[in-house]
Amino acid sequence: MDLMDLNEWAFIGVFLVIAALLPIVPIAMGRLLGPRKPNPVKTDTYECGIETVGDTWIQFKIQYYIFALVFLAFDVEAVFLFPWAVAYGGLGFFAFVEILIFLALLSLALIYVWRKGALKWT
Amino acid sequence: MEPIPVFVPTELYLALAVVLFVMGALGVVIRRSAILIFMSIELMLNAGNLAIVAFARHWGQVGGQVLVFFVMTVAAAEVAVGLALIVTIFRSRRSINVDELHQMEG
Amino acid sequence: MIQMPTLESLNFGVAFPALSLVIGAVLLLVVDVFLPERRKGLVPWLALLGVLVSLAVSMINYNEVGEAFSGMFIADPFTSLVNIIVLISAALSILLAMDYLRRTEMEHRSDYYLLLLFTTSGMLFMGAANDLIVVFVALELLSIPLYVLSGFRRPNLKSEEAALKYFLLGAFASGFLVFGIAMIYGATGTTNLPGVWAGTAAIVESASPSLYLLLLGVGLIVVSLGFKVAAVPFHMWTPDVYEGAPTPVTAFMSVGTKAGSFAALLRILVVGLPTLILTGATSAAWANTLAILAALTMILGNFVALRQMNIKRMLAYSSIAHAGYILMAVAAAGDPAVGNQGVQAALIYLLTYAFTNLGAFAIVIALERNDGTGGQLDDFRGLASQRPVLALLMTFFMLSLTGIPLTAGFIGKWYVFLSAINAGLVLLAVIGAVTSVVAAFYYIRIIVRMYLQEGDANIGTSRLSYTLGAAILVAGLGTLIFGVLPFLVADLTQGVQIVRTIAQIAGGG
Repeated sequence: MDLMDLNEWAFIGVFLVIAALLPIVPIAMGRLLGPRKPNPVKTDTYECGIETVGDTWIQFKIQYYIFALVFLAFDVEAVFLFPWAVAYGGLGFFAFVEILIFLALLSLALIYVWRKGALKWT
Repeated sequence: MEPIPVFVPTELYLALAVVLFVMGALGVVIRRSAILIFMSIELMLNAGNLAIVAFARHWGQVGGQVLVFFVMTVAAAEVAVGLALIVTIFRSRRSINVDELHQMEG
Repeated sequence: MIQMPTLESLNFGVAFPALSLVIGAVLLLVVDVFLPERRKGLVPWLALLGVLVSLAVSMINYNEVGEAFSGMFIADPFTSLVNIIVLISAALSILLAMDYLRRTEMEHRSDYYLLLLFTTSGMLFMGAANDLIVVFVALELLSIPLYVLSGFRRPNLKSEEAALKYFLLGAFASGFLVFGIAMIYGATGTTNLPGVWAGTAAIVESASPSLYLLLLGVGLIVVSLGFKVAAVPFHMWTPDVYEGAPTPVTAFMSVGTKAGSFAALLRILVVGLPTLILTGATSAAWANTLAILAALTMILGNFVALRQMNIKRMLAYSSIAHAGYILMAVAAAGDPAVGNQGVQAALIYLLTYAFTNLGAFAIVIALERNDGTGGQLDDFRGLASQRPVLALLMTFFMLSLTGIPLTAGFIGKWYVFLSAINAGLVLLAVIGAVTSVVAAFYYIRIIVRMYLQEGDANIGTSRLSYTLGAAILVAGLGTLIFGVLPFLVADLTQGVQIVRTIAQIAGGG
């Protein structure tokens, strides 16, 4: 094992140390330096957003569902685009035309969804 | 093409795939909720995918991985249609228990 | 390592019958959403036009042989004949749907015809698949629109239930198909069917452990396609789905799905795995399994049909039984000496069954009332005195389903039995003959109700619509012509052989 290899591992070690220090130092500094005057508002648990009202098990609008389905169908088609993009350099014009046909078919489906009014939020 | 040397033998992948497939098939038979049956079917499909990918590595080919892409996309289309059907039936019946589907007998 | 396909290797022209239907379906999808509401009546006619164009192309290119898409798609007379069977069924079922949708007030839902065109294209690709990937994608293209179509009559509970049952079992079956494909791919290292054939020969010769993978793979594929063609013991969805689905969908499903799935089954088994012959056996390893399935299917289908009181359920069990007869031909094709004859017999049976069964379903649609009732066997009472022509045609279709001479059904059964006997499956042929006699009871029961029993056949349509009439006429003519002129069938199928590679043709088989 030569010096270069050791250097690589040392780099990871330094990285881990810095990563640990970054959150620990500010928290410790806050503890040591800051004054401490608790009151009920300050000790309250903080959560972002507004407080929840009522049960979370409510019925969602069916429209979310249609959007999710449309998303699902289009999302997975991307799996064909990635290999195409990765291998693009060696494929040439023909593959370009093929992927255009593929995308055109997908956009036809989108046009269908749009014309059927499924994208309209009521 | 010569099979390329691999660290985990293909047999182990195959065994895992068979176990997953059998679990999925049993799930379809045992479960009563349409959603859970459907999840079991997805498990079966993915067991098939795992086997195909393992074999593709065994044979040192890309073709098998392409096949998996097709299975995945088609499965997504199936999910879309299947969930739509399940929602439709839930809306008119308030239940997706397959034991309660007995409009027709004979 | 990546080989880019060239235009020559894609060879679009060969795939034109199937491609033209896909293009037609996609164009119709766009036309449909841009048509104003009052012009929606055009959609079924455009769909019919698309199907007829594809049918015409299939007939013109009947004898053309060639590969497309780098060997994944193959066109030969086998493909053309499957195309013709499927496209005629699709055309008839569009005519049936035009009548049915109008009466059930679903006329504005023109997406029916889009789904129908897509499922038809799936069937065309099934018949032409020369690669397991294509089989899988085509099977799903066939199935997914059919799931939706079975539930098309929502919010009708029966229809929704049919859709969910069909979907769950159909998806279950595709799980089996994927795993089966994985096993075959694992054993042979390819999904291309001629490649599988070459790999199988090597594996059988060297008796390597891959043989077990191969056997498992064939088994799983037979299970999965067994679901699709409704072979016993994978038939349990059939009666419920056939009863619950809208009747034109049932009619199409019973014929088209069978044609597509049997075509794919024949291609996989006869092209890919004919040499899967275990030591000491004379026919392929899958032939015995299929023979047993065929026997079970014929027996159960025909006997359970005897006690059905609903015509759609009865036709469902009858359709199970007919799958059994076709399976008999597929099993016969496992004998290398019979091979092609079994393939031809299966296709002839599918062709004759398509006309007969669509005709029978057309009459069921004519009798069905708009609320979905009118499908009990007792509703046929007295039909002969009220609608003599309909009763006569129904009699004809029932006789053809039984397999009486001078009907198309007889010709189909003749070829199937012949191929089974040639393959040495005499016992299976005897079972087939005995169950055909049993079948005669339930078919003739309908004839008896129509002619000999009094009743008020309170039928759904006061006057037959032109489209329904046309469908019944075409189905009746088909059943009659193939029945009295059997040499037509022989002419049509004599060139049909499953082609493995183009070189095989060049070398004279």
